[in-house]
Amino acid sequence: MKKLLLASAAIALTAGMASAEDVKIGVLFGFTGPIESLTGHMANAAEAAMKEVNDSGKSAYTFSSVRGDSTCVDAAAAQTVAEKMVTSDGVKGILGGDCSGVTGAVLQNVARPNGMVMISPSATSPALSTAEDDGLFFRTAPSDAREGEIAAQILQEHGVKTIALTYSNSDYGKGLAEAISTSFQKLGGKVSIDIPHEDGKSDYSAEVASLAAAGGDILVVAGYVDQGGKGIIQASLDSGAFTKFELPGGMVGTSLTDHFGKSIDGSYGQVPQSDSPGAAILTDMGKKNNPTYDATSPYTMESYDAAALMMLAMNAAKSTDPKVYKEKIMEIANGPADGSGVKILPGELGKALDLIAQGKAIDYDGASGVTLIGPGESAGRYKEFVIKDGQFETVKFR
Amino acid sequence: MDFLNAAVALLNFVVIPAASYGAQLAIGALGVTLIFGILRFSNFAWGDTMAFGTTIVIFMTWAFQSMGVSIAPLPTALLALPFGIAVTAALLLGTDAAVYKFYRKQKAKPIILVIVSAGVMFVMNGIVRILIGTEEQNFADGGRFLLSAGDFKAWTGLQEGLAIKGTTALTLVTAFVTMGALFWFLQKTRTGKSMRAFSDNEDLALLSGINPDRVVQVTWLIAAILATIAGTLYGLDKSFRPFVYYQLLLPIFAASVVGGLGSPLGAVAGGFIVAFSEVVLTYAWKKVVTYVVPEAWAPDGLLQLLGTDYKFAVSFSILILVLLFMPNGIFGKRG
Repeated sequence: MKKLLLASAAIALTAGMASAEDVKIGVLFGFTGPIESLTGHMANAAEAAMKEVNDSGKSAYTFSSVRGDSTCVDAAAAQTVAEKMVTSDGVKGILGGDCSGVTGAVLQNVARPNGMVMISPSATSPALSTAEDDGLFFRTAPSDAREGEIAAQILQEHGVKTIALTYSNSDYGKGLAEAISTSFQKLGGKVSIDIPHEDGKSDYSAEVASLAAAGGDILVVAGYVDQGGKGIIQASLDSGAFTKFELPGGMVGTSLTDHFGKSIDGSYGQVPQSDSPGAAILTDMGKKNNPTYDATSPYTMESYDAAALMMLAMNAAKSTDPKVYKEKIMEIANGPADGSGVKILPGELGKALDLIAQGKAIDYDGASGVTLIGPGESAGRYKEFVIKDGQFETVKFR
Repeated sequence: MDFLNAAVALLNFVVIPAASYGAQLAIGALGVTLIFGILRFSNFAWGDTMAFGTTIVIFMTWAFQSMGVSIAPLPTALLALPFGIAVTAALLLGTDAAVYKFYRKQKAKPIILVIVSAGVMFVMNGIVRILIGTEEQNFADGGRFLLSAGDFKAWTGLQEGLAIKGTTALTLVTAFVTMGALFWFLQKTRTGKSMRAFSDNEDLALLSGINPDRVVQVTWLIAAILATIAGTLYGLDKSFRPFVYYQLLLPIFAASVVGGLGSPLGAVAGGFIVAFSEVVLTYAWKKVVTYVVPEAWAPDGLLQLLGTDYKFAVSFSILILVLLFMPNGIFGKRG
């Protein structure tokens, strides 16, 4: 590891001697731990973006990455690594963290005290939207709260007045259910009942009996497709309590339609998925890259975009000082309000740098269709679907 | 006021689910109570015995399905049942010969046998997981519904639907046939009588020439039949997952204790008592009450005594209350 770092530093140094200033970016992902199968692709994609910028020869800075292991779950370990990145490696920005818990901890205990920008590609907890961040924290992944808003809109468009809601008794289910219920009530809907279900049971008739007693136009199942969510639907169909379901992302999978076939026709829902033209481009780039990465693996596109945003912002601000370039991130991601910014897709980072140098506005779209909203988080793209003839059918993207 | 809708809702969400769950518990409790009465220990490996029997039935079902054999509209699992019973019986007799027999010869105290059965439980636990894994398996096929909620609504014009699953009907029929056969066997046949004699007074039974080994073997055989049937019915009606079967131990023990350990009639009654208590206490009564009372009195709350997560707490409370106040159970005879 040390040799690798030395080597990459040496290469960066020789490259830097040409013209550009050398800039290190921390890549703080959980290379070990629960999402270790994802983070390899994520880091490779982020580093591919750096290489693309360096190779274009148009950046004022030459970027190199400093990898650190956030472990995904151990906040203390992640903070130590982040602290080392900032103080001894001298990174100018951090890509990460990955999981919501460690990201929040690093933000509060390392990034804010040191005034360091963090762009997370994968932290989705709604709590991070309201966390104090001094304008330093951004994410290219949407908050779970966003899915709640989308779900509420879809429900309203279908003319649903009252929903019964059940969620998997997990952090994901609880957060999502809360988001759906508050968003739906804000739109004037009524939630007749809001109860958890335990995953891994074989009989959910008692839960369904409670849901049926409370009643509702539709049953929202914020659970997992291979777990309790399926059992809830089964018990609902068996007892005739509900025949239509609103299905969030966790319930989407072919195992659902394989199992229930046409009996859940007319159910609908939404799943985080991008229809951005950049998605296909990055998928292709990932296959040709050395080392290769699978852009369709979760949060890989977001990682490329996070790295690209950070580097473009530094160039636009003509500064690597986090306090200065943090102001440029939203501008780069969204372009001017009138939509006149030139759309930038993956593989066009050189072009983006040219435009920035000419003083023209850009609207970075990237692989995941980046649009940052509110406190600097991705609006996210969601696919609205309906189940027809026992198949998922796309209605539209929103 | 609408008593008809109230009655249908009650039937659909309380009576029918509780009856089929109760029947499944009752068959399971019969096995526990029989082993307690004759072999004189509480068999902690019971839940995993059920899981093992069901595993074999599932494998045979898959084999039949791949061969194209079917007895639609009945589930193929019924055809596989005898094979499951045979393999489970072999396992139980083998376990007895290898493990329990040793302690029986030593005239070990019942508590030692209970601990031994806990050891057997862990081994069976492992065997089942090696064979079929920890995942959920669905092996129900054939007709899903005897009466579907939609059809019922269209047919009667009522607001409430009534659904009867094929597996629910099958559970009830099979349960009563099994229970009837068992009672007949215990009351009328020579072997059954000798088993009851052995259970009542071991020494006296030995003096009158009853072969204890034979009684023990027949007991394990019946236990295998009951475990496999109970497990298969539960799996057909709900779904199969090894861990859930292990957890079934609690309501089944509660059922056999309520009825009085050692009493077959008590086991059946206990099964239904536990099932109905679980369902009634965790059911949200709002709907039914709204139908029955005048409109102005319609409740806002759910009228639910306990959250559905507390189902196991109900079995556990029953178990403790009965042990505290009525240690012999309803039909128990021993002091």
